Amino acid sequence: MRKATRRIDPHADVFIFRSMDEKLARKLRILADAAKYDASCASSGAPKRKAGADGLGSTTGAGICHAYTPDGRCVSLLKILLTNYCLFDCAYCVNRRSSNVARARFSVEEVVTLTVEFYKRNYIEGLFLSSGIIRSPDYTMEMLTRVAKKLRREHGFRGYIHLKSIPEASPWLIEEAGLYADRLSINLELPTEASLIRLAPEKDGAAIESAMGQIGERIVQAREEKRRFSPAGQSTQVIVGADATTDEALIRKSALLYGSYNLKRVYYSAFSPIPDASSALPPQAPPLRREHRLYQADWLIRYYEFSPDDVANAADDGMFALDIDPKLAWALKNRHLFPVDVNRADKTMLLRVPGLGARAVEAIIKARRHGRLRLDDVARLTSGLKRARPFLIAEDFRPTTLTDRLDLRTKLAEPAEQLSLF
Amino acid sequence: MDQLSEPCPSGPRSAGAIHVATLAPGADLPGFRTAARRLIAAGIAPDAVVWQTERLSLFGAEAAPADAPPLALPRAVTDLIPMVVPHRDPERYGLLYALLWRVTRGERALMEVASDPLVHRLHRMRKAIGRDLHKMHAFLRFRRVPGADERYVAWFEPDNHILEAAAPFFVDRFRNLRWSILTPEASAHWDGTLRFGPPGRREDVPEGDGFEAGWRDYYESTFNPARLNLDAMRAEMPRKYWRNMPETAAIPALVRAAGARAQAMIERAPTMPEKRDPVRAVERMAQDEPDSLEALNAIIARSEPLVPGATQAVLGEGPIGARIAFVGEQPGDQEDRQGRPFVGPAGQLLSRALEEAGIERSEAYLTNAVKHFKFTLRGKRRIHEKPTAGEVSHYRWWLDRELDFVAPKLVVALGATAVLALTGKQIPITRARGPAEFGRPYGGFITVHPSYLLRLPDEAAKEAAYRTFVDDLRRAQDLAA
Repeated sequence: MRKATRRIDPHADVFIFRSMDEKLARKLRILADAAKYDASCASSGAPKRKAGADGLGSTTGAGICHAYTPDGRCVSLLKILLTNYCLFDCAYCVNRRSSNVARARFSVEEVVTLTVEFYKRNYIEGLFLSSGIIRSPDYTMEMLTRVAKKLRREHGFRGYIHLKSIPEASPWLIEEAGLYADRLSINLELPTEASLIRLAPEKDGAAIESAMGQIGERIVQAREEKRRFSPAGQSTQVIVGADATTDEALIRKSALLYGSYNLKRVYYSAFSPIPDASSALPPQAPPLRREHRLYQADWLIRYYEFSPDDVANAADDGMFALDIDPKLAWALKNRHLFPVDVNRADKTMLLRVPGLGARAVEAIIKARRHGRLRLDDVARLTSGLKRARPFLIAEDFRPTTLTDRLDLRTKLAEPAEQLSLF
Repeated sequence: MDQLSEPCPSGPRSAGAIHVATLAPGADLPGFRTAARRLIAAGIAPDAVVWQTERLSLFGAEAAPADAPPLALPRAVTDLIPMVVPHRDPERYGLLYALLWRVTRGERALMEVASDPLVHRLHRMRKAIGRDLHKMHAFLRFRRVPGADERYVAWFEPDNHILEAAAPFFVDRFRNLRWSILTPEASAHWDGTLRFGPPGRREDVPEGDGFEAGWRDYYESTFNPARLNLDAMRAEMPRKYWRNMPETAAIPALVRAAGARAQAMIERAPTMPEKRDPVRAVERMAQDEPDSLEALNAIIARSEPLVPGATQAVLGEGPIGARIAFVGEQPGDQEDRQGRPFVGPAGQLLSRALEEAGIERSEAYLTNAVKHFKFTLRGKRRIHEKPTAGEVSHYRWWLDRELDFVAPKLVVALGATAVLALTGKQIPITRARGPAEFGRPYGGFITVHPSYLLRLPDEAAKEAAYRTFVDDLRRAQDLAA
């Protein structure tokens, strides 16, 4: 640690690049690898901005994925750490101080240069910057903010900036970060205090939630006062499968976070095997489908008018089935409420039909004002008719026995393992 | 460009006359608009029109036919047309015209019937164009042209005729750069103005770029081999785009090695930390908070104003351990120039009142809720502007710490902003005036801000209010004793 701070000068002179030298490329490899376990990639939610006459960069509102890696994940922002040296010792983290991975540290200038040069070539939407804790939380937070400030002030950069906030840092540093970032996030990582104590001894659950509260309050105030403070909101990440927390507990926790801190997104990150894993965690393959089910349940709460109790009702012993999605699971447990008549049912009930997305429901409600919908019509409004059929009634269709069939679940379940050839 | 030919005497698909509408190749929105207006005005049914495209000579256009009147259409229709016209499907104009025909003949709300086969098909075409545009914005890669001046070129092969529709995005984003986008159909150039030109060639783009290797490094490093999911990747990034994206060259090797890399991570036993356990650094980290008022003031002094304009941060003034502390609103014009609290007209009035109440100003601690002056310019005068609730919260942390260091027996909130900063609540002064509870180790007291006295219009009222203010200060002095 001490050796490194002496070796690398964070205030080195401005680099003028035609191309990248090998030293910088090596740092980029280490610090991108170290950042990839953060699931967040979104570049969405910022107000639409255009480049000023002398500036660079814009935001589109919905965000853009500039590439996809073979893990199917979107590459939108340059997602890197300022450094992967860290004084914390969180068991699940590849960068904990007791891990033997290669370490590196960018200067503020280097991050700014990489962001601007990648951006000019249309590789990225902007920057997602996080960091290991070096020297102190305040020092680290100041460095992160300095990068964002330099991009905005000296390069007129109007692209997207997501800063990871460090909850242990002084609150006024978060106040400043929000002035330059489009989104701030603080990773909860572990959903319970007990797990935090066991697996992330330096982290403080109360500090995390109070910083989230501060950010949430400030975002709302700034919106009212038409000032700029993290306009794309705040998000967080919880790790799935690193402790014994059930799906139901995770979803209830998320509902609480959405409600209390005005969160935009909760990311669920399946605990992934990492190089040089801690012995505090059992080595295992990441439960990717579990992660997927959690996202689906999360969507039911945010876009489908499900309450946390409804979602809990879709689970068995607190866990979602892996072979069917939670909406279908809920429908199968509540068969007495189906079939639903697409020509009569209210929006709330239409949203509960498996296979009908929120957009399809909107389209159904609009279209049925102009005539009664037959099954063919519904087929043109949703791509999920196969799953929806047993649960709905159309002008010329009624699933006489389907809803009561015992093998319905088996018929609609997904294969256990998705094979994939290349 | 549209050219409507004379009706033919007979047509293959219709008993009546056949009208041929000729549009320019690509996305000819103006041509379609003119043709559609004239056809609708003439009452020509969709099945009596043949739509064809033909490259017209620039100067060969005959005397432009007189425009028919514009069509009044629902917004949903006018939004749809420019998103379907760039589609490569030769039937696009015919389908759009069929839509216009029905919408102008009684089916005004047709766009709401997404289940209608025509609307459904047009929706799918619009979606295809939206996707094509989105992918062009996402997957196009610029390369820097070698040479002294900074210029970028890209080669892209869109599925549809979308270059004109796609270009404004790049203008908004890369306004301060000079760039060209070349496609097999046309090219776009930006150097402060946007121009469209003839088709380009792949060879017109430089072979490589100094940052491509670094970008590929990034792409490889951000991939997690434990989560291989090729279907998801290919669904979002179809292979047809790969050849113009430098990073995709890394994909085969990444995929081949993924299984072994993930397995190795799972099987490898955790190693014991071979490096130092930085005990002292970890301990030091915890003591990072400013540990004195000077340290805190240094942080405040180098902070920037939340609302730009102020000359400097105005710090609190007075001895640590003062029995009584006064919290005002925010520095004014004089305070901002001199860098000291309560030195302007309101501050002078406060000094006078303190003296009358028997409080030695130099023994009290004086500070503000907000540390920077905020104003609007009126001519050359800087007119003070009240801080918003958000600004007060922004500065609240510092005020809290500051008062913790000073540790007074009593804190007097002068005015509503100070009350908001100390309690987090908006409380009317008239109701809360007098002793108060701020939920802190020190006692609280609420009274008006001296600037309120200055603003009272009538002299008698001013005098009476001043008396009450001095009385408040006396009571506060007693409480702090």
